[in-house]
Amino acid sequence: MSSRSRTSCVLLAVLALLAGCDREERRSRGTPLAEAALGGPPESILQPGGAVPPPPDARAADFEENAYAVSRGQQLFQQMNCSGCHAHGGGGMGPPLMDDQWRYGGRMEQIVASIDQGRPNGMPSWRGKLTPQQMWQLAAYVRSLSAQPREDVLSGRSDSESATEPPTLRSRERVIPSSPAGVQGTTP
Amino acid sequence: MSEIARDGETLKGAELEERLARTWSRAPGLWGWITTVDHKEIGRRYIWTAMTFMVLGGILAAVMRAQLARPESGLISADRYNQIFTMHGTTMMFLFAVPVMEAIAIYIIPLMVGTRNIAFPRLNAFSYWTYLFGALLLWVGFILNIGPDAGWFMYTPLSGPQFSPGKRTDIWAQMITFTEVAGIAVAVELTATILKFRAPGMSLGKMPLFVWAILITSIMIILSLPSVALASAMLLSDRLIGTQFFNAFEHGDALLWQHLFWFFAHPEVYIIFLPATGFVSQIVETFTGRRVFAYPAMVLALVATGFLSFGVWVHHMFATGLPRLGYDFYTASSMAVAIPAAIQIFCWIATIWLGRPRFTVPFLYVIAFIVTFVIGGLSGVMVASVPMDLELHDTYFVVAHFHYVLIGGAVFPLLGAITYWFPKFSGRMLSEGLGKAAFWLVVVGFNVTFFPMHLTGMLGMPRRVYTYPADMGWNGLNLLSSLGAVVIWLGGLIFIANVFLALRRPRGAAANPWGGSSLEWATDSPPPPYNFAHQPIATGHTPLWDVTDVLPVMTGLRVDDREQLITTAIEAVPDIRYPSPEPTPWPLLSAIALAALFIGSIFTPWAVVIGAVPLAVGFIAWFWPKSPPSKEPVIE
Amino acid sequence: MTRGLRGLGLTFALAGCHGTQSMTEGAGLQGVQFSNLFTLFSAVTGFFYLLVIVGLIGGLILRPREDRTAEGEKAAGVGFMTWLGGVLLGLTALTVASYVADRNVAAATPAHPTLEVQVTGNQWWWDVTYRNADTGQELRTANELHLPVGVPVRLTLKSNDVIHSFWVPALGGKQDLIPGRTNMLTLLPTQTGIYRGQCAEFCGAQHAHMAIDVTIEPRDAFRRWWAAGLAPAVPPANPLAKAGYQFVMTRQCASCHTISGTPASGRVGPDLTHLASRRSIGAGTFPMTRGHLFAWVADPQGAKRGNQMPYVGLDADQLRAVVAYLEGLK
Repeated sequence: MSSRSRTSCVLLAVLALLAGCDREERRSRGTPLAEAALGGPPESILQPGGAVPPPPDARAADFEENAYAVSRGQQLFQQMNCSGCHAHGGGGMGPPLMDDQWRYGGRMEQIVASIDQGRPNGMPSWRGKLTPQQMWQLAAYVRSLSAQPREDVLSGRSDSESATEPPTLRSRERVIPSSPAGVQGTTP
Repeated sequence: MSEIARDGETLKGAELEERLARTWSRAPGLWGWITTVDHKEIGRRYIWTAMTFMVLGGILAAVMRAQLARPESGLISADRYNQIFTMHGTTMMFLFAVPVMEAIAIYIIPLMVGTRNIAFPRLNAFSYWTYLFGALLLWVGFILNIGPDAGWFMYTPLSGPQFSPGKRTDIWAQMITFTEVAGIAVAVELTATILKFRAPGMSLGKMPLFVWAILITSIMIILSLPSVALASAMLLSDRLIGTQFFNAFEHGDALLWQHLFWFFAHPEVYIIFLPATGFVSQIVETFTGRRVFAYPAMVLALVATGFLSFGVWVHHMFATGLPRLGYDFYTASSMAVAIPAAIQIFCWIATIWLGRPRFTVPFLYVIAFIVTFVIGGLSGVMVASVPMDLELHDTYFVVAHFHYVLIGGAVFPLLGAITYWFPKFSGRMLSEGLGKAAFWLVVVGFNVTFFPMHLTGMLGMPRRVYTYPADMGWNGLNLLSSLGAVVIWLGGLIFIANVFLALRRPRGAAANPWGGSSLEWATDSPPPPYNFAHQPIATGHTPLWDVTDVLPVMTGLRVDDREQLITTAIEAVPDIRYPSPEPTPWPLLSAIALAALFIGSIFTPWAVVIGAVPLAVGFIAWFWPKSPPSKEPVIE
Repeated sequence: MTRGLRGLGLTFALAGCHGTQSMTEGAGLQGVQFSNLFTLFSAVTGFFYLLVIVGLIGGLILRPREDRTAEGEKAAGVGFMTWLGGVLLGLTALTVASYVADRNVAAATPAHPTLEVQVTGNQWWWDVTYRNADTGQELRTANELHLPVGVPVRLTLKSNDVIHSFWVPALGGKQDLIPGRTNMLTLLPTQTGIYRGQCAEFCGAQHAHMAIDVTIEPRDAFRRWWAAGLAPAVPPANPLAKAGYQFVMTRQCASCHTISGTPASGRVGPDLTHLASRRSIGAGTFPMTRGHLFAWVADPQGAKRGNQMPYVGLDADQLRAVVAYLEGLK
């Protein structure tokens, strides 16, 4: 993206459409994200001393609020045959991804960790099989299955068989915040 | 007992004009500008806006040619180029070509048919704002890097939810809704004006050819624009709320989009072309000093073109694998649609043979039109054939074809028409010298740019590519095309300079500087707000040439209230006195409400519900019945 | 005119390392038909254009005689009917010629060609699969088409995503690849040589880089290619290539690509079994050279931004190893 349009984006920052700039960016290349530093699955949602949970990963917004990333995630979901175990989010051999139950955490970096490391009872580890950027794109799409990202980031349907209701029309409960702007307590 | 002041023997001359001016003018300043319903003012606004978009589209074209001048150029990235060519096509087709034709018609038609205002003048104001807001939506999106990027015809599923993420395509689809609402509104006004507001004596068979062209065009607009408005609504629905119209996996069909779109878009190009033929007819008539040869044939050619243009759209889909027998029909119909155009070309040339041509700038543009458009028409005959189209489709050959017919067939007559009617619009004449310089640069530059594209296409260069390999043999031709673009731009800049320099001169043009024959030349340049002091009567095809001393008029219209004369549709016998609407802010306010509704609905369906409220308020205020000006005895 | 253009095309073709993309090349049945039709159409339309220009110039230069206006009108009337008749005749002739050419091609190609190839369009590459009906063997390759001269071939055209269009100008007309539909295109190559085709329907960001390399060759050369193509991938020959092989099998490459005879069996991206014997990389983005292989594998997004192969971020050693392996896949 040329620097000139970046400048005009900044100049028009007063408009609500500034969010649109981030939503619409098409980062097909990206910088190679660090494969490490994703942490393990959370044992419990409770924090010692009743403190608030740690802030979400700063990289999360780049993917979750980006329509291109969610769309690429959707294509990867089909190509990597995630539907084989998870159906189109409804679950089968694997747990459903559309609901608010997250065995291993539902924040962006936690989903990425699940994809990267694999999980007991059948979730394969994709480390080395997918690039970190692809994992983050998949995580953004997975969160869209439970309608976590903003409505204007999502698309109405995919160009394939439709097994579920349109993401833009799913009822939305922001259960697990992922962007710094939406930090709230997690539900039990 | 009537105390209603009417024009006539007792009230004429300077006093009449002063009172009419008071009745028909609008408030001064910004408020008056917002509330005006004067077709001339709105027409001028429309022309300025449409020409601005032509310039913007031309800038995009220059950028494209800069990128393609060299192979494997890194000047523009792939994504940006795809947005640019999409914006170029979209801007030229939706924001320039049709609006400018409608704009000139809005200005000229009421004058040419001899009435005081266009029909539905508030709708006219509303349509301008709607068009403007749609255009702004598109361009602000483009500037913010969320411009559409899947081509101006947005084939699904590329433009669908999976392959065009984000709001880019939504912005395009909603812009369509805006501009189609505006376009249909103007077409309705023009149809009503032409059928009901013609001067007494101007029967259908005596209308100027430009009026016929606009009448046919308006009917075509009303019949074809709903198709693309429907298609874009279906696309928005697929993208935003998950319908399956274009999803083959759920029993939708990607080709459905193509049918719906091209059912609109092929008549669209004739919607652009027919008004241009109207321009040519008027210019040829004025500058040869005689009526166009074979008026009935010319009218039938216009009607035939309008009719046939609805039956050829599949020729855009010859490569999609539809049944061969169907294709045969569309080859035949696509060939057939060339026949009316051939008739018109003959008639214009015959007129030139039989008359005494004057080589003014508008006439020069007509000559350029004939020379250029016919090339485009003949390359069109080539791509009408299926075996030929299967090679030529989606190559630069087609790019050459449609630029020859659109620029040669519409833009050259447009530039001629602007020069021709400029004194009427502004009260000044454009400079002949600058006009001729611009003419030569534009015409020569155009041919240098686009003729090589026939060859480039035949050498295998497809359309819509942001770059090409260096060893395909296309380098020289592309460079030549890009150099030609520079020449076109020089000519365009001189044309623009001509306009601005003229506007700085004081007004002083005569009412009829060219010696034209039609009624718009029977009033001042520019016309007063009420157009004609008395209702003119049209005595024949060429009212101003038939007149010996004074133009015959009909008197009796109100002076202190806005009133127009309605005549019968076919014979133009005086029929009804019609009160014409006063200036009002509600068209603008309704347009703002509509814009909020449309733009909001891209982001959330709630905008339709919430946005309907101010829209309803605006429409109710607009349509609130107004009491008639004063008690009126039975119409005589 | 056609011959001149063909000469133009040939001249430039010799300069390029890939084939010509000119439609005047006439290397297939439809291509030849096109050239013939084009000559006919050019002649007829050119003739009518000349009439228009002569008429226009005459009208501009000659001054009408005032006393002969009525005669002029009558002459114009006669001219009108003649012109109309001529236009009708011309258009009918061209329409009939078009039908005849179309039916000729259909008649000359058999209803059931023995050679069938499936071409599936993807953003932005061609998935080409040859299937031998008798043995059930499948040869899968990408972005290239080898055809025996003089043998009719039926292409089955499908798409995995958006609308593409298969078009090799030298061979003949184009046909769209539409998701949810299967289109057929029968071609009959008549001349050997190397040619190039390109996607002819805008299909997204990298539509400009979706070319296909076509080789028309004598039948025995084709059979040799076929046999070599069915063979599994060449094993790595030296330690560097072996290291590359290890990387390819255990890392991201195998998730998307198939290399037959190895564990790599991804179906998302092009088949790489005989990658090194193709003429180009990335569907015409780069010519197939060692340096370009390096460039592609190091950063596919730099070369073809937006395409589906991710930027992996190999370090220098990994890159050398992988390229050493890939360039051995002949």
